Amino acid sequence: MLLRERFRFILRVCMVVMNSESGVVRFENVGLRYGLGPEVLQDISFSLAPGSFHFLVGSSGAGKSSLLKLMYLALKPSRGLISLFGRDIATTKRGELPSLRRRVGVVFQEFRLLRHLSVFDNVALPLRVAGTREAEIQKNVAELLEWVGLHDHLEARPPTLSGGQQQRLAIARAVIARPKLLIADEPTGNVDDAMALRLMHLFDELNKLGTTVVIATHNKTLVEKLGHPCLGLTDGQLQLTAGRG
Amino acid sequence: MFSRRTDLQLDRDQLGGFLPWLIAFMVFLSVLALAGTLALNQLAGRWDTGMSGTLTVQIKPSAKAIAGGAGAKAARAQDEKRLRSAVVALKTTSGVASAEALSEQNLLTLLEPWLGGGAVAGDLPLPRLIDVQLERGAEIDMAALQNKLTAVAPGAVIDDHGVWLARLIRLVRTVEALALAVLAFIALATVGTVIFTTRTGLAIHQDAIEVLHLIGAHDSYIARQFAGRALALGLKGGIIGLLLALPTLWGIGALADSLQSGLLPDLSLGVTHWMTLLVLPLTVAVIAMVTARMTVMKTLARML
Repeated sequence: MLLRERFRFILRVCMVVMNSESGVVRFENVGLRYGLGPEVLQDISFSLAPGSFHFLVGSSGAGKSSLLKLMYLALKPSRGLISLFGRDIATTKRGELPSLRRRVGVVFQEFRLLRHLSVFDNVALPLRVAGTREAEIQKNVAELLEWVGLHDHLEARPPTLSGGQQQRLAIARAVIARPKLLIADEPTGNVDDAMALRLMHLFDELNKLGTTVVIATHNKTLVEKLGHPCLGLTDGQLQLTAGRG
Repeated sequence: MFSRRTDLQLDRDQLGGFLPWLIAFMVFLSVLALAGTLALNQLAGRWDTGMSGTLTVQIKPSAKAIAGGAGAKAARAQDEKRLRSAVVALKTTSGVASAEALSEQNLLTLLEPWLGGGAVAGDLPLPRLIDVQLERGAEIDMAALQNKLTAVAPGAVIDDHGVWLARLIRLVRTVEALALAVLAFIALATVGTVIFTTRTGLAIHQDAIEVLHLIGAHDSYIARQFAGRALALGLKGGIIGLLLALPTLWGIGALADSLQSGLLPDLSLGVTHWMTLLVLPLTVAVIAMVTARMTVMKTLARML
């Protein structure tokens, strides 16, 4: 058993190394500091292979959210190189960033739903931004809302929903456009275990369809249950732990 | 360029209530300034074409005719003779198309705004006037003509309209330029207001804008929503301003007409001028829309 796990670990490490040039996300010696403060992330180097599934774990304040923000292009690194879908972010023109962002689905920790828009319109937003036809939007959004159990709340506004419902809504918005990379910051923090598992299965389904998934979580049970490899952040430094998958 | 559906809650912020009224005020002032400019421009043009190429020759009444008494009748006959001689001299002058003496009745009609309708010819010692039309482009030697007239009609004075007309037109053009400057200031103030309200809107909706950015919205997608909103508010304000300005203009016109006096020049506007005034709200709305769009694009360009 031990031998088998070691073999899988070596295989995964090899896959990461092999995909390091063509990874969906690649960080090389990335450092991040806010203003003149200390570096919250130091010498971060890793590469996520296409179709991989990683958990991002670490104690509170370890820099998980900062690392995710760098990945979904909400922040610029203080140093180092970040490439997304093979494009070096530092040399990518600003006008080309939206097309990269459309390939990334994000579940924000604080959801960041548009409070004045209905549940339907919140989920439809990424499709509308991308210029998808309205008929297609109607069909896809309705289907997804059915799946996440919000089909009875199509016209509801986010403030009228419970924390768990808002979380499912945020996840639906992140996955509606079938992103190539899905980044989720504590996506199961406000739902019960059964719903957490159901949502994780949704992420798994997406992963099986080729989406690269990174999920920041504190939920050790889920991490152990799903057995995906972990990116562990400790004091701003990253360590890769192999999973059981 | 703009969109009706908005992902941002632009119709709920307080700017939506404030901006149309500010634009209405700007359009109100603009309509008045523009109407003034158009009317003055028309007036100056009319004066220019109506008065250039004309002269007036004045034959002052002789002292005996002014004094009245026994010799007055003979003196008046003599003045009449001088008038006819002057007309003949003018008609034989090269460059003069026509020369016509104004009757005493015509003179009284011209002076009616000042003297009232009761004045009778002979009550006042009025100078006689000769209306002279020059040929197109004619260059008249005024000194030589004055000498010629003095020789046949002593006391004849040439009144060259060009001198006072040039001053009057200069004055009108200056007032016109001032009105245009007022229009330019109003346009600048409108642009400034729209920039301020758009920036405030960007600050209010910063979080939603960031979300839109992060899900892949181009700057132009966000700018369209602000531009559409600015166009709608600009049109609303512009129409309110126009609706307030039109009765004001009508009131000023009615007041001028009620004076029933030749003292005020005719400042009425033509169809083209009214059309220009009606287009003003749309122009202001388009300025607001373009300004909002440019402000958003410029501000978002600083974001990642």
